[in-house]
Amino acid sequence: MAKVDIKTEITGNVWKIEKAVGDKVGEEEVILILESMKMEIPVSAPEDGAIIEILVAEGDTVTEGTVVARIEA
Amino acid sequence: MKKILVANRGEIACRVFRSSRALGLANVAIYSDADADSAHVQAADQSVGVGPAPARESYLRVEKVLDAARETGADAIHPGYGFLSENAEFAQSVIDAGLVWIGPSPETIRQMGDKQRARQIAEAAGVPVVPGSTRFEPGMLEGLEQAAEAVGYPLLVKAAGGGGGIGMRRVDGPDKLTDTVVATQSMAQKSFGNGAVFLERFVPKARHVEIQVFGFGDGRAIHLFERDCSLQRRFQKVIEEARAPGLPPRVTDAMAAAAVRLCEATRYSGAGTVEFIVDAESFEFFFLEMNTRIQVEHPVTEMITGRDLVAMQIELARGSLAFIPQAEIKTHGHAIECRLYAEDPAKMFMPAPGPLATFRPPVDMAHLRIDSGYREGDVVTPFYDPMVAKVVAWGEDREEARRRAVEALRAFSIDGIRSNRHFLLACLGDENFVSGDVHTGFIDAHRTRLLAA
Repeated sequence: MAKVDIKTEITGNVWKIEKAVGDKVGEEEVILILESMKMEIPVSAPEDGAIIEILVAEGDTVTEGTVVARIEA
Repeated sequence: MKKILVANRGEIACRVFRSSRALGLANVAIYSDADADSAHVQAADQSVGVGPAPARESYLRVEKVLDAARETGADAIHPGYGFLSENAEFAQSVIDAGLVWIGPSPETIRQMGDKQRARQIAEAAGVPVVPGSTRFEPGMLEGLEQAAEAVGYPLLVKAAGGGGGIGMRRVDGPDKLTDTVVATQSMAQKSFGNGAVFLERFVPKARHVEIQVFGFGDGRAIHLFERDCSLQRRFQKVIEEARAPGLPPRVTDAMAAAAVRLCEATRYSGAGTVEFIVDAESFEFFFLEMNTRIQVEHPVTEMITGRDLVAMQIELARGSLAFIPQAEIKTHGHAIECRLYAEDPAKMFMPAPGPLATFRPPVDMAHLRIDSGYREGDVVTPFYDPMVAKVVAWGEDREEARRRAVEALRAFSIDGIRSNRHFLLACLGDENFVSGDVHTGFIDAHRTRLLAA
């Protein structure tokens, strides 16, 4: 079991958090949705796993490269 | 009318202030917390904060905007584009508050905002719409082939309950028609619980061409020719030009006449845009929608006609605009607008907000107009749209305008954020653009080459 950091690729605001700690996620499954410049950008799990940490809250501003969640894969 | 509040931000707020000041009017800006020190606030005579950074908590709050007008004694509201500009309830609230609404009537905004209703009104006014058929329920295929002939090939079989491209199949000729319709019905039944489908003409190589119109509110209307806005990414325009390259005059004349008929029929008041999809091969054109506001790309029209569309809007609203006969609208030369966006073309045009460490638009260049709401040192926040500047170049002909746009973009220093500056230069330099072969699939079709340039 390895811990995997989920990073954002863009600067934006956290619009919706779709998952909670403990949830199982599949590869490509959306964990949260960012909003930037009138666009919604999903942040998805890179591989199958379980969410062990969510490091942001709805409404937070995140910059590119921020670790927003961790999964155990 | 003495004082205008602009219910907007950025470049369009600055743009409206310029014309209203020239007409001797005072200006009021509104701003969100994220925009407190921005260029449009500085450009106004007075400014009022309307709330937190997210637009729905500030720029979209009708009561806050009306309070700002009351507080400053503004007697008219210009909505710009986006935000509340096509919100009929807002327009009505402005009028109910005893203020002058600089825009078409709430009724017109409502009608044109309802796509189905707009299509009906256009059809009734003799404006061609995309040919479509009635619905075909599963097992009820009587008259299908005749309907397909009437719509014309190639066509799309669309699920009545679908949307966003889901449940759509293309048919190029009669031989595959019945099979495709049956298959689409079955898929639609499973996916949407509704097996009904209809046919709609498909335009494989399409151009987006729009007519700038101006209605005097009394049933009289004129056009200010067309703009070609075919170069788009993510359904957003990137480069626009006037006039449209390579369209025969009989086509643009017919489009302009149709757009004017629509305005006459609705007794349209003020500036508006009638959008058409044009078949790039056959030049057939079909009504898409009407935008009941000033458009982002209005400068290209202003540069070839010498008219100030925003000043016309204001003068009409305050009752000081004399009727302008169609024959007085003439064009000279060609204009091209490039939208400079804070985005990363290599990452599917993802937004790239950040600080404008360097932001130096070219100065002292002939026949160039830069509309921007940013200055060096400003931060482009993630809260609003990614456009940081419009670079608009004019030339005696298209090639001269194109070369001036290239020079201007080369001379534009921008750093601190990623932008589409190189991408715009690649588009302007692409042989297909140079030859005028523009269509809505241009960026997707040439993506690899444009990104490598």
